[in-house]
Amino acid sequence: MTTTTEVPLTVSATGSRATLAAYGGEPAVSVSGLVKSFGEVRALDGVDLEAAPGTVLALLGPNGAGKTTAVRVLTTLLEPDAGTVRVTGLDVVGEAKELRKRIGLAGQNTAIDENLSGLKNLVMVGRLYGERRAAARRRGLELLEAFDLMDAANRPAKTYSGGMRRRLDLAAALVANPPVLFLDEPTTGLDPRSRLNLWETIETLVADGTTVLLTTQYLDEADRLADTIAVIDQGRVIADGTSDQLKDRCGGERLEVLLADGNEAQVAAGALATMSEEPPVTGEATVSLAVRGRDRTIVEAVRRLDQAGVSVHDIGLRRPTLDDVFLSLTGHVAEAIDDQEETA
Amino acid sequence: MRRLVTDTLVIAERNLERLRTAPDLLLAFTVQPVMFLLLFAFVFGGAIETPGFSYVDFLIPGIIVQNIAFGGFVTALGLNEDLSKGLIDRFRTLPMARSAVLAGRTLADVGTNLLSLLILLTTALIIGFSFDASVAEIVAGIGLMVLFGYAFSWVFALLGLLVSSPEAANSLGFIAVFPLTFISSAFVPVESMPGPIQWFAEINPFTIVVDALRALWLDAPAGNSVWAAVVWSLVILAVFAPLAVRRYRRAASR
Repeated sequence: MTTTTEVPLTVSATGSRATLAAYGGEPAVSVSGLVKSFGEVRALDGVDLEAAPGTVLALLGPNGAGKTTAVRVLTTLLEPDAGTVRVTGLDVVGEAKELRKRIGLAGQNTAIDENLSGLKNLVMVGRLYGERRAAARRRGLELLEAFDLMDAANRPAKTYSGGMRRRLDLAAALVANPPVLFLDEPTTGLDPRSRLNLWETIETLVADGTTVLLTTQYLDEADRLADTIAVIDQGRVIADGTSDQLKDRCGGERLEVLLADGNEAQVAAGALATMSEEPPVTGEATVSLAVRGRDRTIVEAVRRLDQAGVSVHDIGLRRPTLDDVFLSLTGHVAEAIDDQEETA
Repeated sequence: MRRLVTDTLVIAERNLERLRTAPDLLLAFTVQPVMFLLLFAFVFGGAIETPGFSYVDFLIPGIIVQNIAFGGFVTALGLNEDLSKGLIDRFRTLPMARSAVLAGRTLADVGTNLLSLLILLTTALIIGFSFDASVAEIVAGIGLMVLFGYAFSWVFALLGLLVSSPEAANSLGFIAVFPLTFISSAFVPVESMPGPIQWFAEINPFTIVVDALRALWLDAPAGNSVWAAVVWSLVILAVFAPLAVRRYRRAASR
């Protein structure tokens, strides 16, 4: 899937994409007050989202948070119980038919027919978009080329590796060159190299003007790809903003100290305590504390530690990661809290 | 409407293509019916009294009806697989005709049913089956089988959408179809069965369809069997097609 090929993943930016980019002044994705229940379970409990055309919105959250349900509503697979959900200015309920021409979905499962060849899969999808066989075949070949699947074009998809299937699945989502692309945990289960490749592909698509909404459990993925991040937990958006904004929300920077001698952690913590409004956290040979402002922080810390006679291996200021953000927002870590499958 | 037709054809083509690439599945439509036919004809044949007919003549319509009824099996397996693998989701996000998924699936069954019918009839003729029928009656019999098979495809479509796995579809299908075909006039004359079973066999739609095929192809006394068989097929279709469509809508929006 490679960004090195010359073949365009999307039709030229002056095509339908550019004219659609306006959507009558509406965002590419706009969700307000979205509620969806399954029996007693409130999978989505008043969700608001917005993505401007040509940007990436990441829904970040653990398993069962409601991310997949949100994607299913946005792609017309589920009807919302309440709220307004519009994609490219079209209502997902009232204008579903028209909307389906403008969206692509690559889900958690690779939704391909394993018994058909890669090319036949893409031709089938193209024809179901109403294309004639020849045109569908042309587009299919174009996508196989772009996703580095040309060699396997005529092999049944069941012979493909996991990474190849994922690429074919994404290619199928791009058959109609949709201005808005939904990716539900696109890199779950991929090896690091395939993951990086997929990221690059997504970046290429976005550079061409595609709006992407993706769900992920991986903070680094959201960090790298997303213009805006909505942190979802238990069916609610508990925070949203850019990656930087979210990091600022959990209290600026932390000073981290690695000590030469683990037994001196308490002494070091005592020496540094008045630099922070919160009590320092001590670990095995480490001390960390939230600090305000960068100026002279390290100099001051080193002076204090030296005075206390503590020897230091390493000292530094660290911006909070999205892990810290998640922890401070939800009180639990982002990694799968339980093995419960996404309810939808 | 034009979209429905083209989309249905695209889906049907896809399902038939599957046979080409999965030859093991093709065995189910070719070797398996022939095996059944030969086993019954030569293992049980000598022991079963069929007054008025040779056993081979008696058996062929029964075997054909049983096979046609089973023919929709791939629909149950295929739909179940499509559902669990997320392919149905993809179809539902495409601007295609919604009903084309089921319509294309069941249409493909008509193709596979015709294929097994052809193979069974050829084998039957080789082992000594002889028509006692006009060309029109032979064609009418084939037409009845296509209709009956199509109706049963919808039964299997519903089954495939209801169960949790292809394996479950498999065993449930067998549990449903085996007693229905065995407690009928398909393999033995119903007169040889004990009271309550005979009663069931006589009202069993399989008996009616098998008798109708015997009436058309062997000139057996039919009574109203042929029309009753057509009506039964239409009733099965009228009941199960809407149920399958409804279930499809619900199953797909989980």
